[in-house]
This record gives sequence, structure tokens and C-alpha cells, in this order.
Amino acid sequence: MRRPAGSSAGGPLVVVRENEKPLPEQLAVRARAVSKSFGDVVALDGVDLDVAEGQIHGLVGPNGAGKTTLLGLLLGLARADGGDLEILGSEVQRTLALPEGVAGFVDGPGLYPSLTARQNLAALLRLRGDAADGIDEALEQVGLSAVADDRVRGFSLGMRQRLGLAAALLTRPQLLVLDEPANGLDPAGTRDVHRVLTRLAAHGTAVVLSSHRMDDLAALCTNVTILATGRVVFSGPLGKLVAESDELDYRLRTSDPVTARRVAAETPGLRLLPDDDPLQRQDAEALVVRAAVPVLDDLVARLVGAGVGVRELAPVVAPLEAAFLALTGTTTAREDESQ
Amino acid sequence: MTAAAIARATADAPPAPIGRSYRFELTKLLAQWPVRIALLACWLGPGLLVGIISQQSSLPSDTVFGRWMNQTGWAGSLLVLTFCCSWVLPLLTSLVAGDVFATEDRLGTWRHLLVAVRSPRRIFAAKSLASLSMIGLLALGLTASGIVGGLVAVGNRPLIGLDGHLLQPSQAAGMVLLAWACALVPTLAFAAIGLLGSIALGRSPMGLVIPALLALLLGIVQLLPLPVIVRVALPSYAFIGWRGLFIDPTMTGPLVLGLLVSLVWAIVASLLAYRLFMRRDFTDLAYDGVGRRVLVRAALPLLAVLVVTVGVVAVATPASGSGIDKRKLEGSLATSFAHLYRLQTDELHRPDVTEAQLSSKAACDKGGSLVDDVGAGNDWRCVVSWRLPGATATGQAIYQLDVTPDGRYVADGDGPQEVNGFFQVHTEAGDVPNPLWQFDGSVDLLTATAKD
Repeated sequence: MRRPAGSSAGGPLVVVRENEKPLPEQLAVRARAVSKSFGDVVALDGVDLDVAEGQIHGLVGPNGAGKTTLLGLLLGLARADGGDLEILGSEVQRTLALPEGVAGFVDGPGLYPSLTARQNLAALLRLRGDAADGIDEALEQVGLSAVADDRVRGFSLGMRQRLGLAAALLTRPQLLVLDEPANGLDPAGTRDVHRVLTRLAAHGTAVVLSSHRMDDLAALCTNVTILATGRVVFSGPLGKLVAESDELDYRLRTSDPVTARRVAAETPGLRLLPDDDPLQRQDAEALVVRAAVPVLDDLVARLVGAGVGVRELAPVVAPLEAAFLALTGTTTAREDESQ
Repeated sequence: MTAAAIARATADAPPAPIGRSYRFELTKLLAQWPVRIALLACWLGPGLLVGIISQQSSLPSDTVFGRWMNQTGWAGSLLVLTFCCSWVLPLLTSLVAGDVFATEDRLGTWRHLLVAVRSPRRIFAAKSLASLSMIGLLALGLTASGIVGGLVAVGNRPLIGLDGHLLQPSQAAGMVLLAWACALVPTLAFAAIGLLGSIALGRSPMGLVIPALLALLLGIVQLLPLPVIVRVALPSYAFIGWRGLFIDPTMTGPLVLGLLVSLVWAIVASLLAYRLFMRRDFTDLAYDGVGRRVLVRAALPLLAVLVVTVGVVAVATPASGSGIDKRKLEGSLATSFAHLYRLQTDELHRPDVTEAQLSSKAACDKGGSLVDDVGAGNDWRCVVSWRLPGATATGQAIYQLDVTPDGRYVADGDGPQEVNGFFQVHTEAGDVPNPLWQFDGSVDLLTATAKD
């Protein structure tokens, strides 16, 4: 499905006929060789980034990788030192010179604690010259209706994050840029935020978000870009990233641990890892094995053939996190020890 | 991309109009409880203070116009103005202008604001205008409250000027309002310095106290026996220059020069603040505002302004030394005495006499023959002589003068008792305050000084 030209976000949707030649994917963000430095510190070094309309794009990287700087450039807070950056089809040539339809926050949502939640949103609308309608809906969407008239001073971190998201929603963005939107959220709040972002993306809004929570990104994003020391080390669909991942560590819990250990040891291409990490094993009867996906299939077949019930076979580290660790050169404590 | 997006992409979204940003800044200021308390205090405090003090038998005679507080309602507002010029107005600029930029650093709201407004220039203008509006509202409260308190407590009566001449109530009203208006100009300079501190020091609390600290520093400097050209070149001089309005003819030189100096400081500090703000990189999360380079860019140009101003004052005025000398004090004291003598004559229901008929003269000496008759000090001793129409004898009265470096003096009568030696005079209606006993005066520091 694709929105017809000229429709606004949230407008009616139309179905693209099967025999109709699909339109080329429209980019909300197109960055080529973008660089940015702060004095001697290179924050971004030749970054390429494509974010299509309706795409939820995750930005991942260790601290200092340049995520916030890149998000700041997308919000127009600074101008890149080099390279080309197009936002919603418009080339960004000056600081804060962006087309209408870009919203979001970096480094936490900008809220005024002496104002109520409603006053914060109303002030934002007045600043933009918009009518003060839609505030109740925005608050409802992020689950803050009950505290609409409470001062933000008393809000938790999670509530502030949600209010920041409500502020961004009010502007009916075509490109939503969020820095750690799930920071401080409880599981229910995280679910609310996921629901809101998914709905926005379904209506054609491009969402770019950074997060250190891999489970969030894996649940939300269709595409990810991994940054390390200001450079892109991966950018593309999440599935591709996972598929390209080599061997992963898996936790194996069975009905007969002794037999399972023997079978695993006999399976070609599979390595049994030492039992010295209780965090990975989680219980004494679980095994931790390292293998590629086809080898795991073989293992399961062998276990079933040996009459062993497989109760759990799950990655110890999520595929995205494993890829992140591998691509950014970050090591786990276990790997440090083994080295 | 949708057609709407393509259409919009041909032009960048315009920045938010400054009117909207201004209202937003005012909303934020009014939502802060310290500002609300300040508003309440400024609109109620002076009136209550003046009302209470005016009813007391012991008056704040160490403050200009304080000794006349139970004589006229206009003196109360001037007492409030004197106090405000020392402390309150700089503190208010600290509270409002000193915090208006720093608060965004503390709350981490810069990026949010920039994305919403899209123009640092308009943010600067809106914040500056909102701060000035709020400071103006606070100052208006101080003015109105002090005047209302004085008029309600004491009444709309004539005011005795700093040279003893009588200002009728309508004249007094005009001068009081003009004096408050004059005090707004140095307040503007302090506000601009507050804005500069707020930008230069970022989230550091030092930014908030810069105007108050500067007022304290300049207050101390004003007490020192510095050359008059340095004293007048300070941005705080206009805080005392308004006293010249209550002298006949108006002592315009120090007032106008003080106002000009304040305006220069206000403009330079505003430009520096604007330059610093526009050069800031808001994506740099490590920015905390306090950097040696930032401080140098903010402080050094102001020091240069001070040096240049001192030079200009030195060239443009004939003033030298402390600006206080025997001749100026003698002229001022003789004039004040003549005006106040007429007032005393009226109280005692004696035949009226004019200042010209009195031909009052003063002879002053500082600290005996071993000390030069120049400069501030409480060791000035003066003898005033006058002649009544038809009388052959010459009257004489002695005064001890306590002269402060800013040119203000308090003349304390030393006798004879029936003229200036007692705080009251006996009239048919009872005892009334003796206007010749103690009074305030002021000399023009900027006229040529003659060393005796």
C-alpha cells in the first residue's frame, strides 16, 4: 500500500494494483558522505543513510559513535561540515533550514517543568501558529490523559519521554527523529510507544530512532544503521543483518541434559561452551552451544532421534545485539576472558 | 515522496514569528514561582514599606529624601528608588535576564526550542524582549506601589528638593516619575550584562548572579575615593544621577552622561550576548558555556568599554580629581540654606524673605589648615552667613558636613539653637521639624574643580 501523492499523514490509504509498476521508494532522508567535527573530534565521518517513507529506522552504536550528532543534523540543529543531506527532498544548506514536517528530540524531550503537560503542548502549538486542538488526542495516544493538567516537574522520566513523543505527534510529522524514546519507560509504556510509532509508520511517516535497547529496535525497526566511531559499519534491513550474522551462542534446555550434552558434542560444526557463565546458562541443566543456524537444525534432529525433548533453544544474545557487538568491535566479558 | 512534501520541499519552513516566541517566553517566565513572588513583592512591598516607615518617629535619614518621609508622600517613592538602585533592580535583572538563557541549558530544552522556532536570532530577540518586559513590569510595580503607599500614608504634599527648593505636588510627581524612568536606563545595562552572563556561563549558577555581583562590586567602587572620571564611566552611575533632577536648575551634566554611559554598556553587552549566542553549536552536548574563550569574549570587550569611556569622560568634561571642592560645597550649601531658611520663616509665620534678599554665603574648610579642601569626608565644617532685609547684623550658622564620594552630603546644624541647632522649632501651633537642622545636598562632580 502507498499513500497517494498529496495526501497527508494519516490520510486515506490506497492499494497498489499487482500489475501496476511499483513506484520507486521515496526517501525521507538521504545522506551521502556526511561529516561533522567538533574541534579535533570527528563525530561523523562519511556517513551514508537512506530512510524511506513509512520506514522505522534504528540507529545503533556504542557511546560516542555519532548517533546524537547524526540525529541533530536530521533535526537541523547543525549543518554538516561536508557531504550532502536531503530531508524530505530538500537539501539542507543552513542550520535549522528544514522543510515543514520534521519533528522529534535528541538528548531528551524539551519540556518545561513549571508548565503542565497540556500547557507544554499548547505552548508548542502556539509557537507554531497552530490551533490548540489535538492536544487531548495526543495525550491519549501516549497514555497521559490522566495527568494532562499536572505540572511536568512531578513527572517520571518515562512520563516525560511520552510527553515528548506527544509533542512530536502534535506536529503531524513526515519525519520523526527520536533519541532513546523508550528510555525510562515501563513495559506498558514501551508497548504504547511501539504502537504509536508503528501506526505513524503505517501512515507513511519515516521514523529514525536511536536506542541502546536491542529488543526495542528488533521489535520496531525494519532497517538499522550501525555506527562505530563516526562511520557506518552496517546499514540495511534488519533481516539481512541477522542473516549475515555468523555463529551465535544459544541456550539449550532439554529433558535429558546428560544425553543432550553427548549429542551436542557429536554434532559437527557445533561447539559446546564452558559452563562457567551462570548468566548465560541461567540454570545448571542448560547447555550453551555456538553454531550457525543449519547446524542447529541438525542438532535438533539428532536430539529428537535420541529421544531427548527440546524445551528451549534460544539465542543467549539477540541476533541484533550479537551483530552490533561483532560489527562495532565491542566484546563481552566472556570473550575478554577467553582472549 | 508525496506531492505535498515535494511542494513544501521547494522552500524551507519559515521560522516562528517573533510575536509567538515572545508570548511563549513570557508564559515561561510567568510560570516560574520566583518571578511570581518577585511580581507580588514589587507590586505590594514598597507601598507597605513606605506606609509603615512614614508613620514612624524615627526616619531613615541616612538615605536621600528619607528624612522627609513624614512630610510628603513623594519622599517615600524616592526612598524606594534609592534602595532599588542599590540592590533591588540589579537583583531583579539577575532573576529574570540572568536566567532566561541559562534555564534552557539547565532544562536541556535548547534543541526543542530551536526545532520549534527555527531561528536562533528570533529566540534571542524574543528572550531579550520578554526579559525586558518582565523587568519593566517589576519596575512599574515598584514605582506605582511606592507612590501609592506614600500618598495614602502621608498625602500629596510639596517635596523639598536636594537644594532645599520646594517642588509643588504636580512638579514632584513629574520629577519622581522622571527619576524612575532614568533609573530604567542603567537597569537596561544590567539586564544586558545579565543576558550576556546567562549565555556565556550556560548552566553555571554564576550566570544568574552576575548582575547582582556587579552591582555589589560597583557599589563598593562608588564608595572608594576614585577619580570622578572613573566613577562617572561606570554603568551604575546613572543609578545616582537622577538626584540632579531635584536640584534647581537641574543638574543635567552627570545625569545625561550617566545615562549615555549606561546606554553604551547596554548596547555593547547586548551585541556581545548576541554574538556569543549566534556562534553557539547546539549539537555539542558537551557545551556548558563556561570556557576560557567564552569568558574572554564576554569580559574583555566590556573592560575595553570601561577604558574607552573613562578616556571620553576625561576629554569631554572639565572634571578632575574627586570632583568635590570647597567652592562647590560653599555654593551648594549657601543655596540650600537660603531655600530652607524661607521654609523655616514660613513655618514660624515671619515676614517672607527672598533668597536674593538673604544673600547667603558659606565658608567651608576641610579638616583644618593641614588638609586640602577637596574630596569626600566627614570633616568638612562650614559657616553660613546671611543678612535679613532691614537688619544691620549678619546672621551666622555652623554646619558639619559629611560628604560622600558620589557628591552627596548631609549638613548637620551646629547652632545657633534657634536657627539650626535643634531638630524642632516652636510655632504657635506647636513644635514642627526644623528644616535647617539637618538636610541633604549634592554637588555637581563634573564641573571644573578648583583646588584651594
